[in-house]
Amino acid sequence: MTRWLGDVRALARKDLLLELRGRDTLPAMLLFVVATLVVFHFALPAGSSDLAAQGLLWVALLFTALLGLTRAFVAERDQRLLDALVLAPCDRSAIWAAKGLAVLAFLAGAEIVALPVFALFFSGLTWQTVAGVALVDLGIAAVGTLMSAMAAAGRARELLLPLLFLPLAIPIVIGGVGASVADHPGRYLGFLALYDVVFAIICWASFEYVVTE
Amino acid sequence: MIAARDLGRRYGDKRVFDRLSFDVEDGGFLVVTGPNGSGKTTLLRICAGLAAPTSGTLEVGVGREGLGFLGHEPLVYRELSALENLALYARLYRVPEGRERIGMLLERFGLWEERNARAGSFSRGMLQRLALCRTILHEPRLLLLDEPFNALDEEGAALLDRELAERRPRTTFVVATHDPGRVSRFATGSLAFA
Repeated sequence: MTRWLGDVRALARKDLLLELRGRDTLPAMLLFVVATLVVFHFALPAGSSDLAAQGLLWVALLFTALLGLTRAFVAERDQRLLDALVLAPCDRSAIWAAKGLAVLAFLAGAEIVALPVFALFFSGLTWQTVAGVALVDLGIAAVGTLMSAMAAAGRARELLLPLLFLPLAIPIVIGGVGASVADHPGRYLGFLALYDVVFAIICWASFEYVVTE
Repeated sequence: MIAARDLGRRYGDKRVFDRLSFDVEDGGFLVVTGPNGSGKTTLLRICAGLAAPTSGTLEVGVGREGLGFLGHEPLVYRELSALENLALYARLYRVPEGRERIGMLLERFGLWEERNARAGSFSRGMLQRLALCRTILHEPRLLLLDEPFNALDEEGAALLDRELAERRPRTTFVVATHDPGRVSRFATGSLAFA
């Protein structure tokens, strides 16, 4: 376990270092989420309910995540570096966990800006929205990383990722919106936590089969 | 070390090779030759476990920890320095005294002065040298080398010659090349694709 954690840390550090130097993903996610919220601000008719605005927040976050996921395996795909990682004698689930952590960090970075912008343009933030976002991020990172690895192996990668990821993200949206707007958000937050645990286990166990032929 | 029986590989309807059988014993040096697209790279990828045969059986006598693979791509991150790349692989391969080993390899392959430069700024030849460092970093028992002399200048090729000669007694090799004369003195067997 200590070795696995060490591998995860080394691989995640590598991904963060690549982003720090390349600055390819996070700035794009930031610009996208802010631009989307601005568009929604003007698109939503005056006098629309806060409930509609809450729904749009989740749409913006989901598509921002999709943008980040599209780039998650770019280095590994373009330079065939996934071969090198797959050849290394470490547990292959460490690759998934490390990439998931990097995706989580980029999502969190985008949301640190997106949530205040949302509060500014629409209604204020509630604790249950923030809790929902945190749980949703875990699910997106777990499922999205696996789907991103699957898409990276295919030819029409950019098309494949949304087709694979969005159907699996429907429960995330249901849970997130529910947690934001329900009077008793507990069961939605519980649902999101359950989704995270179940899908993290599935993705952890199946990653090896996705990256090997 | 390697035993292949009736090995075949297809991509859809296209047959790359079929009914290929060969053995490479411990300490052997198999030279694989053939024109472009004949299946040399595919064979090496199958031996490395990066691709699966569509028919036949293949037994390789080492696990991933004992295998070094040099492909067409250098398999190094362009945004990381030479040192950072090798440190990452040393960690993943659990190389004991990794720092010392990395330093020694970079010195030997003439990259020490460039150790902190990003791999993306390297010439093709320097990238090939770095790829060779990555491939032998963990002292593999089986080396699968696909056109290892590619992009190397005379000095780099001489370095690789010396490295092959040094490792020859304790390492098993499968080398795909267009220039079999370069490694013929090491060869214990050959496999020619049509």
